[in-house]
Amino acid sequence: MAKEHVALRNRDVVRRSNRQSLSDETLKRLFLWPTLILLITFNIFPLLYSLYLSFTDFSAIANVPPNWVGLRNYQEILGSDQLWRYFQNTGRYVVLSVGLQTLVGFGLALLLRRRFAGSGLITTIILVPMMLSPIVVGLFWKLIYNPSYGIFNYMLGFSAGRGPDWLGTPQLAMWGVVIVDVWMWSPYVMLLCLAGLSAIPDYLYEAAEIDRASGWYTFRRITLPMVAPLLMIAILFRTIEAFKTFDLVMGLTGGGPGDSTELVAVNLYRIAFPQWQTGKASALAYIVLVVIIGVSNIYIRYLNRIKEG
Amino acid sequence: MPMVENPGRARAARTTRAVLAVAVCLLFLVPVIWMLMTAFKPRDAIISVPPRVTFTPSLEGFVGLFTQRSTLTKMQMERYQQRTDLNWMDEIALERGLAIIGPSKYRDRLLNSVIIASASTVLSVALGVLAAYAFSRFRVKATNDWQFFILSTRMLPPVVITIPIFLMYRQLGLYDTHIGMILLYTVFNLSLAVWLLKGFIDEIPREYEEAALVDGYSRWQAFTKIVLPQAITGIAATTVFCLIFAWNEYAFALMLTSERARTAPPSIPTVLGTAGIEWSAIAAGSLLFLIPVVIVTFALRNYLLRGITFGALRR
Repeated sequence: MAKEHVALRNRDVVRRSNRQSLSDETLKRLFLWPTLILLITFNIFPLLYSLYLSFTDFSAIANVPPNWVGLRNYQEILGSDQLWRYFQNTGRYVVLSVGLQTLVGFGLALLLRRRFAGSGLITTIILVPMMLSPIVVGLFWKLIYNPSYGIFNYMLGFSAGRGPDWLGTPQLAMWGVVIVDVWMWSPYVMLLCLAGLSAIPDYLYEAAEIDRASGWYTFRRITLPMVAPLLMIAILFRTIEAFKTFDLVMGLTGGGPGDSTELVAVNLYRIAFPQWQTGKASALAYIVLVVIIGVSNIYIRYLNRIKEG
Repeated sequence: MPMVENPGRARAARTTRAVLAVAVCLLFLVPVIWMLMTAFKPRDAIISVPPRVTFTPSLEGFVGLFTQRSTLTKMQMERYQQRTDLNWMDEIALERGLAIIGPSKYRDRLLNSVIIASASTVLSVALGVLAAYAFSRFRVKATNDWQFFILSTRMLPPVVITIPIFLMYRQLGLYDTHIGMILLYTVFNLSLAVWLLKGFIDEIPREYEEAALVDGYSRWQAFTKIVLPQAITGIAATTVFCLIFAWNEYAFALMLTSERARTAPPSIPTVLGTAGIEWSAIAAGSLLFLIPVVIVTFALRNYLLRGITFGALRR
């Protein structure tokens, strides 16, 4: 009796609210479509356009309509040793900087996971580098790396003028860029790891302690698996961002010395804008796109597996 | 026995950790402090060997940032020194044998940055929270594909989509306009906003809304009165992230603006003077550029940390 009464009243309410307001279906559309339309207009249309341009010899500053050249742009790019070297540079850069960021960021998170007086302030302060504009950071680190009056070599203990020229030596320049990137973005990894760490319930550690599990065992079997999903998100975002690195290199080295820090994104900009080879740049952009979508697909699959497992 | 031993050891470990954390924190701060100091250093202190920590503060950098100067000849200088209508900026420039011939463009560029970053942040967070709610609560067809598509838009290197967008904007008259840049940055931040906010909204128990719906709230009311207040930490954190990305963005601004809508990041490198690099001006520019971001982040510090530790607080 009583049950029936409640059910009746519920139906009543539902019917009334349906009359007065938007249905869930309409609301869903209203909520979703602005975002999807914007993203499609600004991503899919341009990409289709540049797919077409990649088969032409178009130059955005020439007053000549695009001329179909078939696969010539792609052949030129894939047959060029130079571009392979830029891809290698980029790969090395991504592995080095994301790897180091993961280690440093996770380490920082372990250091800061237990609250102590001032830990909140310290966490916030450590986050400052990642708020800075990469182009500004790049320019400014040029001063820090300066071999004669920079503070970097000085802090490493070299006397003035005796330390290495980090950005002027082809073998070191890549490390110079990696160090700055690690300085900037380890805090990002830290932030996500901290979130993961603080979600681990204490009773897991208490249980491990009762079982007299070793510190390493506890880390491997409790800490790491619990942080893994958020750590993977951090690595995913950082890998993608590192692949796109443009600002930092423009500020620090401009691709030099020689082409030791010329990353694909920097070279792409060079071909597209100062050189105005729009067709060829579109082709290279498509190659980069395929690589990036491939890499991120692997990560997202991995991410989903972790989430479900 | 272990019960007696543990507290002392735990305290020692905690102290070690705290000391290490402070040390790391200071290390991370060195470049920032160096930037702060450089912004106020006179020219000779910047290039001194070994690096100098003490110096007489000077506003040379800020003057260099906001003005255009020309070098004076000896004769001009003598005449210039006798003038009585010089303000403090002229005086500082004069010490280096320079005369201010007009304002630099940096102030306008900074203003452009403010307008474009804040407008685009508001737009992307507003749109993002709606989309995130829809993905979180409604059955969306091919929801994983859409979400992958949204994330994939963020993976594109800016220069990849800038090539066609440059051509598109040139056709539509959006090249070098505020509206063009606001739209672009909104799109650029949308994927981040949707993903971050969906995570936050997913963690709000559905039972709250369901209870509200049973109580006669419409879906819209449940969204605005139940979900939005619950998601405020997430929204705050997302806002800060979007703001920082839009504020710092360099590549799009470099390629899609030239004069009217140019923001600060692509302008700071051009402050590089002809007579050597004006480090103090670069540092001063960076400092002014950094301050708003730090203020916003510190103001939202509690929200940010709470937003990031959301899972823990729900427990």
